[in-house]
Amino acid sequence: MSRLKNQNYKGYGLSKGKEREQRASIRFKTTLMNTLMDVLRRRPGWVEVKDEGEWDFYWCDVSWLRENFDHTYMDEHVRISHFRNHYELTRKNYMVKNLKRFRKQLEREAGKLEAAKCDFFPKTFEMPCEYHLFVEEFRKNPGITWIMKPVARSQGKGIFLFRKLKDIMDWRKDSRCSDDQKEEIPVENYVAQRYIENPYLIGGRKFDLRVYVLVMSYIPLRAWLYRDGFARFSNTRFTLSSIDDQYVHLTNVAVQKTSPDYHPKKGCKWMLQRFRQYLASKHGPEAVESLFSDMDNIFIKSLQSVQKVIISDKHCFELYGYDILIDQDLKPWLLEVNASPSLTASSQEDYELKTCLLEDTLHIVDMEASNSLRADSYCS
Amino acid sequence: MRKAQGSWEKRILKSLNSMCTELSIPLARKRPIGEQKELLNKWNEMGTDEPDLSHFRPVYAPKDFLEVLINLRNPNYENGDSLGFRTHLGLIQVPLKVKDIPELKELFVELGLTTGQLGIDDSTQVPPELFENEHVRIGQKVLVEQDSAAAQQYVRQGSPTALRAELWALILNISSQPEDILYYEQLKTNVIQHDLLVDSLIYKDVKLTASNDDYYFVFEDYLYQVLLCFSRDTSVLSHFAYNSASPPRSYIRGKLGIEEYAVFYPPNGVIPFHGFSMYVAPLCFLYNEPSKLYQIFREMYVRFFFRLHSISSHPSGIVSLCLLFETLLQTYLPQLFYHLREIGAQPLRISFKWMVRAFSGYLATDQLLLLWDRILGYNSLEILAVLAAAVFAFRAVNLMEVTSLAAAEAVLADLSTLKVMPLLQIFLFATVT
Repeated sequence: MSRLKNQNYKGYGLSKGKEREQRASIRFKTTLMNTLMDVLRRRPGWVEVKDEGEWDFYWCDVSWLRENFDHTYMDEHVRISHFRNHYELTRKNYMVKNLKRFRKQLEREAGKLEAAKCDFFPKTFEMPCEYHLFVEEFRKNPGITWIMKPVARSQGKGIFLFRKLKDIMDWRKDSRCSDDQKEEIPVENYVAQRYIENPYLIGGRKFDLRVYVLVMSYIPLRAWLYRDGFARFSNTRFTLSSIDDQYVHLTNVAVQKTSPDYHPKKGCKWMLQRFRQYLASKHGPEAVESLFSDMDNIFIKSLQSVQKVIISDKHCFELYGYDILIDQDLKPWLLEVNASPSLTASSQEDYELKTCLLEDTLHIVDMEASNSLRADSYCS
Repeated sequence: MRKAQGSWEKRILKSLNSMCTELSIPLARKRPIGEQKELLNKWNEMGTDEPDLSHFRPVYAPKDFLEVLINLRNPNYENGDSLGFRTHLGLIQVPLKVKDIPELKELFVELGLTTGQLGIDDSTQVPPELFENEHVRIGQKVLVEQDSAAAQQYVRQGSPTALRAELWALILNISSQPEDILYYEQLKTNVIQHDLLVDSLIYKDVKLTASNDDYYFVFEDYLYQVLLCFSRDTSVLSHFAYNSASPPRSYIRGKLGIEEYAVFYPPNGVIPFHGFSMYVAPLCFLYNEPSKLYQIFREMYVRFFFRLHSISSHPSGIVSLCLLFETLLQTYLPQLFYHLREIGAQPLRISFKWMVRAFSGYLATDQLLLLWDRILGYNSLEILAVLAAAVFAFRAVNLMEVTSLAAAEAVLADLSTLKVMPLLQIFLFATVT
């Protein structure tokens, strides 16, 4: 059909073509070059935009969000992969504050028993402001081990264990040492947390669980729990006598990768299914069910505790990586929540897990539905 | 058979001795005190040790063993009237008696279509009231009664995950008495005090196989603790009474050939081969108390596993299993068999390694344990050959399209998604024969 002759027809044809184009493609942007990129590129009807192009979907990193979210206009259908103030959940000091507040509220409204369900977080004190409270607790429990974690860093950086106040005295001195640079370097916020000394061990090794939770909105609270996940093993045998051996106590793959024993082929991970089977053969299926339902409780309560605080922008969704530690009584403890869980695959199996996880996430976000709505709005 | 086994043993021992001379390492030596103390401290984490193992090679690998089996011939055999065997086109040329499907159906009657099975009737779509709940209840009763024979009968239908460790211990007659624990501790002391060349072979095997496995790497330390003790356990020698093999011998330095100075080397008479540690790895899923794990493994070895790497005419011996596999394939899947043979991909070349390892490391652990339930239940390894044939039957369509051995290997490279019990059931009870 000729498009050049009839002026009207040309206009209509053009806009119809554009419409068709819009209906056909969803423009995505991301800076990550890993499993996510593969999944996005493979998705039918999705095209990548680079640099300054307009996008419908942006899997951004948190630093971009911090700098640009407030002055970026987004159409109704546009989606972005973080909530503006996600740090209420993902920064350890804020999370503790929110959880403590929520717990108090629960105790007032529903009693001690209900509030006790929030006791999945080891005793934590924010430093330096809660230092005196920490010292009080420390003196009440002599001999136990504490762990010091920087509030905002990831991949196990800056974490250390201690048993004596003297150890952190030294650290406090060190972190304040460079007087002449006082203005530029802010004193980093840390939390001191009670270290779980009786972790559940498999093969003599400590591990933690990574579980994925997708939150589509906070008000109302709509969250999805991904059925799969994995257990990350420490490469060396667990013993309390080697506090300085970072490799023993920290199970992040990032830290393990630098351990001298690390063999890249291994990947040190067990898929959750395998972990469940192992536990079932040791403790029976009921114990496993009860453990997993306790974990569900952690997810729900932690999200509820920040529900009213996080700005629930309809453009936002977020895929959290929860780190859970199991102790010898099969009680799960929340270590932390990650706003940007690693999407880089450490093995073939891991690649498949993350691919399916991301595909399911995109199914739920359902850009295709909101995209067709947008295309419709162009038709007069 | 004995002659073949004898010459195979000579070969292995020669290989071991030459490695020993080459590397100037004694077959055995006493450890200096300092080293003993160190090893004792590290006992629970031997996996962190990284000795230089680059010069050690496994003494043999399953494929070497297969070559020996292929060349077995019976010089006395008069094949006048056995037409059936003359047309056998597989690799094994020894005419042992093996069962056909009707006979296997009789043997494995509890695997039939109308009998409940774990591995099939406990899947999520099946309501547990139909089979699973009752089966678990019976299992618990068997354990309370401590009835070993009943347990053996019971696990033919599969063992519930939570009861498996105890049921297997019951069937194998393992109970952790103080003297058993003491015996294990003695073996451990032996390991601390003396260093054997075989230890390095064990280390290497664990590092190459189990440590690289996505699921068994966690148990690395347990494997050392079991295998190092195992190689010093002279009680294992007693199994040679019913094994056509005989333990390799060595001589104290300088006294070659003088019988009074002959010792069994290694002390338990078993020289590990590439993949040996995989016999132990799945058991770590069930037992984590070292002496119990050790006893279970030792019993499994002297009852079953030894047959997978020694030459004998026993129906559960590896030769019979190979023949059973090939016969099943040739009789019931002739097109597939001929096709694979034509393209130079004799099926046994692919399935041999599965059977030698009793499928450990090839199947997913939960499936493997369901398979080993049946080995214990029927006190026979024949099920390994049946499963191997069933796997080929399952992937027959893809295999018919390949044109090389490498391509056939690729089709059968990954068995980790297979469900063992449905495959066995279909092959035995639901295929038109």
